[in-house]
Amino acid sequence: MKLLVLVLNRTFWFFPTLLGLLVITFTISHVIPADPVAFVAGDNATTEQVEALRKQLGLDQPMHVQLYRYVLGVAQGDLGVSLYTLRPIAEDIASRLPATLELTLFAVLLSTLTGIPLGVLSAVHRNSVLDHVLRVFTVSGLAIASFWLAILLQLLFAMRLGWTPLQGRIDGFGPDTVTGFMIVDSLIAWDLESLGDALAHIVLPALTLTFPAMATIVRFTRAGVLDAINSNYVLYEQAMGFPRRAIVWKYVLRNALIGTVTQIGLIFGILIAGAVVVEAVFDWPGLGLYAVQSILQSDYNAIMGFTLASGALFIVINLLVDIIHGFIDPRESR
Amino acid sequence: MTTEHGPSVTTTTTPRRGTRALLEVRDLEVSFATDGGVARVLDRVDLRIGEGEIVGLVGESGCGKTTLARAILGVLPTNSARVGGGSIHFQGESLLDKEPDTLAREVRGREITFVPQDPFGSFNPVFTVGAQIRDLMRWKSPALRGDRPPMGRRERQRADHARVVELLRTVQIPQPEQALAKYPHELSGGQRQRIMIAMALLPEPKLIIADEPTTALDVTIQAQILKLLRRLAEDHGVAVLFTTHDLGTAYEICDRVTVMYAGQEMESATSEAFFNHPAHPYTRKLLDSLPSRDRGLRGIPGEIPALVKPPPGCRFHPRCDRATERCARERPSTETLGHAHGVRCFHPTRPGAS
Repeated sequence: MKLLVLVLNRTFWFFPTLLGLLVITFTISHVIPADPVAFVAGDNATTEQVEALRKQLGLDQPMHVQLYRYVLGVAQGDLGVSLYTLRPIAEDIASRLPATLELTLFAVLLSTLTGIPLGVLSAVHRNSVLDHVLRVFTVSGLAIASFWLAILLQLLFAMRLGWTPLQGRIDGFGPDTVTGFMIVDSLIAWDLESLGDALAHIVLPALTLTFPAMATIVRFTRAGVLDAINSNYVLYEQAMGFPRRAIVWKYVLRNALIGTVTQIGLIFGILIAGAVVVEAVFDWPGLGLYAVQSILQSDYNAIMGFTLASGALFIVINLLVDIIHGFIDPRESR
Repeated sequence: MTTEHGPSVTTTTTPRRGTRALLEVRDLEVSFATDGGVARVLDRVDLRIGEGEIVGLVGESGCGKTTLARAILGVLPTNSARVGGGSIHFQGESLLDKEPDTLAREVRGREITFVPQDPFGSFNPVFTVGAQIRDLMRWKSPALRGDRPPMGRRERQRADHARVVELLRTVQIPQPEQALAKYPHELSGGQRQRIMIAMALLPEPKLIIADEPTTALDVTIQAQILKLLRRLAEDHGVAVLFTTHDLGTAYEICDRVTVMYAGQEMESATSEAFFNHPAHPYTRKLLDSLPSRDRGLRGIPGEIPALVKPPPGCRFHPRCDRATERCARERPSTETLGHAHGVRCFHPTRPGAS
């Protein structure tokens, strides 16, 4: 019941939230002193030609009129066209979204699968050598800048050791597109060569994203487990002779995960932002790389499109997280 | 009181007294590492519980009764508490010499079960009550005992489930099946504590340790829960160690009372002897301090000592009128005054003297 209210509530706020996001991004991108029209028109264009193009693109209108037109278009499913390629933004984004999703999902999966057990172990063996090593590891995970880590990983694994490709998503054409996820598609096509290639390409950018995400998960899981271990229900379970393994991995973990799951939702947002940098370094053909190029060229519609897509993604993922949260913690849902 | 479930017919005026010792604690010393230094929370404590006997462990907060209960269960906080000496024998076997795993598997939750102080926090909040009871039975079902005829898993689960439902009815949970499907936060404190009592009985233990089982509950429910605990313990022939700071509840449900002060046990007697012929000066003062209409409120002068640097000898001597120089030097050994009446005092009030 509470869950239904939550979903309805989030759905209701979905559009106002996105609208607010659009207004902010629109304002910021338009007050930057850069003139995309001059770029698009080229160096040899006359002032008249530039102004004609400006008029044609609608960029001669006052900002609020431009915003109004843009929002009206979005409401009808039209995200506009790129100022440079004249390709529809919606198509560009649709073709690049799977690459970013694959990368971030892979990183979230990796950091969850490693971070949760490590967090539990470091709480159960607190102040042990393992706990101290993990503390150093997590603090550096949160402190190290991802572009620097990305370059170091490239230097070591791609340049020095030659174990992985330097950048890109796949060599050659890759498998037929079904889901847009290279790893999943190559599995569907049972193309093991492509699968290996896709994995080799994704491992470094994913590791770059995983490192800080995992650090957060380890820390939150550790704190959650410590909290639970000192609770009265664990004392009761011990006093009733429940097996220690069941106490830690079933009773304690389920409680500790309540905090961790919330973090995973937030981490997703951070990863999408982080993907902008990581995709640029690894030349990963996703939304992040697209955003970087668009910002550098002041391609307004593309910037807005990216903002819209990542904003919507973030909202949807956090709704999912809240639903999962409701399943883990019955006090939330009933 | 005639009961329909058990074979025993007992009355509160002639309590059964355990003849054979079920649990025997001797000279138990437990220390805690605190910020202020090492606190000797239990100082050479003796405690005896007979089979089927209901023993009240009475004392103020911080006197060590919860520590003693946890020491018997073997669930002292591992990082701060240390057993410094003494022994705990249960059915003739030394519990302190058993491996922690063996203790958890064969003793806790099976021979000795636990009713916690806080029924609100002692259920795991994210699992249904039924799921927690199912897990308890998975590991502690009496059908798993070596002396029972072996059963298939399905058959055992069905039998256990029937027993769970029946026992929940016995503890006056009106709709057991519905209660099992609920999460702990959907039940009242009284209901939760009833279920805790049922869970303590399910493994068919020899001893239940109930650590202030009614402190967290509403006063009107406390009496009901206590009577229920006593009745069920009698019906099932289970001994109970019941800690409380409330002399009244101890008198109501216990066969025998042991009183503790600052980590030392002072006197142990049948409830009747304890209240009518208290021998230890501390016990006498404690009973005097009970509020009554003609006396009003009367406290015991002085303060509970800090356990980091406790007074030597008998820890009560700084507050005692009868204290002599010897009391500050050595801890009295137990003097037996009458049937099952022991007192640790050099200057007790002997029967007939008061």
